[in-house]
Amino acid sequence: MKRRTFGLGAAGFVAAAAASPSLGLAQEGKKVTIGVSIPAADHGWTSGVVFHAERVAKLLMAEHKGLNVIVKTSPDAASQANAVQDLAVQGLDALVILPSDPDPLVNAIQQVKDSGAFVALVDRAPSVNDNTIRNLYVAGNNPALGEVAGQYIAKTTPDAQVVIIRGLPIPIDQQRQDGFDKGIAGSKVKVLDRQYGNWNRDDAFRVMQDFLTKYPKIDVVWCQDDDMAVGVLEAISQAKRTDIKYVVGGAGSKDMIKKVMDGDKMIPVDVLYPPAMVATAMQLTAASFYDQVPVSGTYILDATLVTKENAKSFYFPDSPF
Amino acid sequence: MTLAATEPAKAPKTSRDWDMAAIAPFIALALLLLLGYFANPSFISLANLTNVITRSAFIAIIALGATYVISAGGLDLSVGSMVAFVASLMILFLNSGAVADPVLLLVSAMLVAILLGAACGLFNGLITTLGRIEPFIATLGTMGIYRGLTTWLSQGGAITLKDRELQALYRPVYFGSVAGIPIPIVIIFVTAAIAAFVLYRTRYGRHLIAVGSSEDVARYSGISVNRVRTIAYVVQGMCVGVAVILYVPRLGSTSATTGILWELQAITAVVVGGTALRGGVGRIWGTVCGAFILEIVGNIMILSNFVSEYLIGAIQGAIIIIAMLVQRSLMRK
Repeated sequence: MKRRTFGLGAAGFVAAAAASPSLGLAQEGKKVTIGVSIPAADHGWTSGVVFHAERVAKLLMAEHKGLNVIVKTSPDAASQANAVQDLAVQGLDALVILPSDPDPLVNAIQQVKDSGAFVALVDRAPSVNDNTIRNLYVAGNNPALGEVAGQYIAKTTPDAQVVIIRGLPIPIDQQRQDGFDKGIAGSKVKVLDRQYGNWNRDDAFRVMQDFLTKYPKIDVVWCQDDDMAVGVLEAISQAKRTDIKYVVGGAGSKDMIKKVMDGDKMIPVDVLYPPAMVATAMQLTAASFYDQVPVSGTYILDATLVTKENAKSFYFPDSPF
Repeated sequence: MTLAATEPAKAPKTSRDWDMAAIAPFIALALLLLLGYFANPSFISLANLTNVITRSAFIAIIALGATYVISAGGLDLSVGSMVAFVASLMILFLNSGAVADPVLLLVSAMLVAILLGAACGLFNGLITTLGRIEPFIATLGTMGIYRGLTTWLSQGGAITLKDRELQALYRPVYFGSVAGIPIPIVIIFVTAAIAAFVLYRTRYGRHLIAVGSSEDVARYSGISVNRVRTIAYVVQGMCVGVAVILYVPRLGSTSATTGILWELQAITAVVVGGTALRGGVGRIWGTVCGAFILEIVGNIMILSNFVSEYLIGAIQGAIIIIAMLVQRSLMRK
């Protein structure tokens, strides 16, 4: 049923698109339901995911009159599997999912895909990530997040002595570290130490205090996460140390982007791993229905270097993250 | 009265090892200081030691309350979440600007923190006593409640103190010092002194230990077991409030991950300090020492050059077990 109306709508669309730039009005009759399943906001980054999913859901529904976007958050993989099934019962034309843990959710996603709906998978990929399970894959780039930071440090401070605060011992953290090592390869940048800060402000504060005690001269801190940067900055200001030239975080939280925008000397740049990637997937999915553009495939976002010049376009003052 | 009669009868049996058990944590601490010096000479610098002791303030103060709860034969797993919850509400109160004068606002926010902590503790206490639910399960439940409410308040993100001037005014409470001693360290010792006085010198303190030693004996002696236990949870809540007062000025913000696993650190500090998990013994100064030991172990790990970052958890665990073994062997002498 839905498929057939889609075809008719699409034919009407082609005719109307040339005449009217306002696609929403032209598409009044066409009904599409997109389900969005994301993890519940349990820390900074996922709260950003929820914020952007809800923000863009509103934008899309305002733009396309027949479009219904349902955003559902779930605290863990098991309840997310249930949420996906609940969404499927309501009759989905498309599912956009950022799985809290991809492998346990494979079956639930597969079911939706087999029913003929369009599936967009975001950020976390299951072991088998091909067109049998999804049409579109949108993700950030963890190795590049490290590499971009490493290259920036090697370029701006070629002889820097760097201390690193890692996240948690999980694969994406390792990918970031390997990326960083690649970024500084061949330069004179020296890594003094690496310790885990668990992506937690308080732990980062503690580790940074100890680094400051241990090393009389530190040029740069790479903590690859904006939450941890908060603790790092506080530890540095308490110690009144002036040898640290700057701190490089990552992800793109509003506080750190604001510092970059304002030209804060300690936070000259940030490296993007945007929670808004869920919105990219939603926009692309909607585009495949309303604008007839081919979107299937893999879409990897750059780990963009946020500088004073471009910071404005990544700043969301209303986001919780 | 009856209790007074039973206590001297017990005292002679335990008085000799009581001394040793009270000193043992301090000997373990001294050995750790020595180990730290060999790991990295800058460990023993005044700057490093004040850093470490200052940041142990949160766990130390929470653990003082935990000493009460555990001595009374209870357990509180919710303290980590409670810190996050109370701290978030305190920041929201400060952001609301309910009081115009900044100094008065800060003072009333501190009162709010202590009262909220006491209320959270009372809630825990009533569930375990009136509700007759095992403290482990009851506080596991409230741990989820306080954590969930924090996540909801912050929408998963961070709650940040918005007023820069207010933050500048409040900052010295963590970073400032009195006569060269950082304020958090002063607060640890003041709070510990009050806790020690109440536990060792007042009727309530003796009742608490009696309830922890044997609930039935205490009840037959006319002690209201439920009241004593509930108050212990309220004391725990107030200690959380004090810890929050020190915590908020440090980063000026909380997030859904604030205080995660602090309950286990507090319980570990209590046990390393010589208080038995089964109740009936409370060692306030041992607890403070235990909190220092935990923080110092972490500090030594990062300062030393010979421990891989992947092995830190394992070595920390081993050091805590060795510290306990040293204590036990001292007690047997």
